[in-house]
Amino acid sequence: MSKDECKQVVLDIIAEIAPDEELSDVKPDVALREQLDLDSMDFLDIVMELRKKHGIEVPESEYGELVSLDSCAEYLTPKFNALV
Amino acid sequence: MEVSRVVITGVGLTAPNGNSLSEYRDNLLNGIAGISRTEIRYMGEVLAGICDFDPLRYQKRKEVRVGTRAGSVSIYCAHEALKSSGADFESMDKDRIGIYVGITEHGNVETENEIHNISQFDFDTKFWTHHHNPRTVANNPAGEASLNLKVTGPAYTIGAACAAGNLGLIHAVQMLQLGEVDFAIAGGVSESIHTFGIFAGFKSQGALAEHEDPNKASRPFDAARNGIVVSEGGALFTLERLDDALARGSKIYGEIVGYHVNSDATDYVLPNPERQTQCMRAALKKARMAPQDIHIVNTHATATPMGDIQECQAIAQVFEDCPDTYVNNTKGFIGHSMGAAGALELAGNLPSFEDGMVHPSINVDDLDPKCSIPNLVLNQPTQAKRVDAILNNSFGMLGINSALIVRRFSV
Repeated sequence: MSKDECKQVVLDIIAEIAPDEELSDVKPDVALREQLDLDSMDFLDIVMELRKKHGIEVPESEYGELVSLDSCAEYLTPKFNALV
Repeated sequence: MEVSRVVITGVGLTAPNGNSLSEYRDNLLNGIAGISRTEIRYMGEVLAGICDFDPLRYQKRKEVRVGTRAGSVSIYCAHEALKSSGADFESMDKDRIGIYVGITEHGNVETENEIHNISQFDFDTKFWTHHHNPRTVANNPAGEASLNLKVTGPAYTIGAACAAGNLGLIHAVQMLQLGEVDFAIAGGVSESIHTFGIFAGFKSQGALAEHEDPNKASRPFDAARNGIVVSEGGALFTLERLDDALARGSKIYGEIVGYHVNSDATDYVLPNPERQTQCMRAALKKARMAPQDIHIVNTHATATPMGDIQECQAIAQVFEDCPDTYVNNTKGFIGHSMGAAGALELAGNLPSFEDGMVHPSINVDDLDPKCSIPNLVLNQPTQAKRVDAILNNSFGMLGINSALIVRRFSV
């Protein structure tokens, strides 16, 4: 999985958990919470969906890695690739 | 003790046969029921009263996803009630608004859903949602309405089995009279059709209705009745002290002049007509009214074999010499909407103050002789000489009884 594909996976999850948000111009280097109406429960939803849909575990101490699309891709892409 | 008079100034509802008071009332007068077949987990096909209001009228999609069905019902009904009240909600002091929502039960739907969810993951509880607790706390349906409306006054539910719709209103009257709030949004809601447990429970109890025609399945007082049709829905009213309502020139749907709540203390599920009689009489006493002053008695009767007979016995005793008192039932149209029942059934009768019509109990092809009491309005609406007062019965499991009396408003 490429980093761009990984970003799309995260965006697809956000589209489900925050269906009112416009996601076409999310800036990858800006914190998601600065540009989208996401709260802490929504981040827990992202973690849950990664677990349910993709078998990816994000320990609580590493939630900070999910701050932006870029950081998600940096952190999650190796995890996705390790699954294969 | 003299207390403030409290009046109903707005009505918001969703029922299986209508999403506004006018649509619902038209269907009650025209014999149009709203029961259909639906699939439910583990049970297969069941009969249910399903509401088709649009939650997105008043909620964001994310609110619908995170919240509960009962929350959506509350929010829809609260907004509709506020609209019908004509109150200037934006300028109201939100600290002084109370939201009091009657519920039969809450949390079963969400708990069942989560158990089903983790069953897909070998019952590993790390897949259990973090939304579970806010969805299942008992105040959820009222709390979601407070979040949505930004109401900062007291917002909570009243758990009172199937008497809960009346209890929501009664509690609101008390809080207005105590001066705890200046404006109340109150009634009852139910999301019960989304839990298999309630269907399975009634089935095990031998009290779940079945009929080849869904709209004929709920048939209180009919000799062939065979149980309850479970429904969802809600009705919330806006209530104000009379002086406040008059000061803003509000339409007044009726005045709550009396009520009573008591307990059978005899059985988990079987009703007790002696206590029901006592409850109605105590409500009349509080209202300083005689039985003859009541022109509509809306029954709780759910179409169980014994329950209908016992309520009819109780009504016959209280209203034994009342030629102008009509008796009806709403569940033939909408099934049993649990926590919403009392509130929806009151809403369906309130327009009688304006049109003098008494909606019928439908699906009574063969009246059970044991339910044959005077002035039971069957299958066709009746034009009453006049309708000045309604007594609304709502009873529930564990032996809770409630009777609420609403009178046509006059100064």
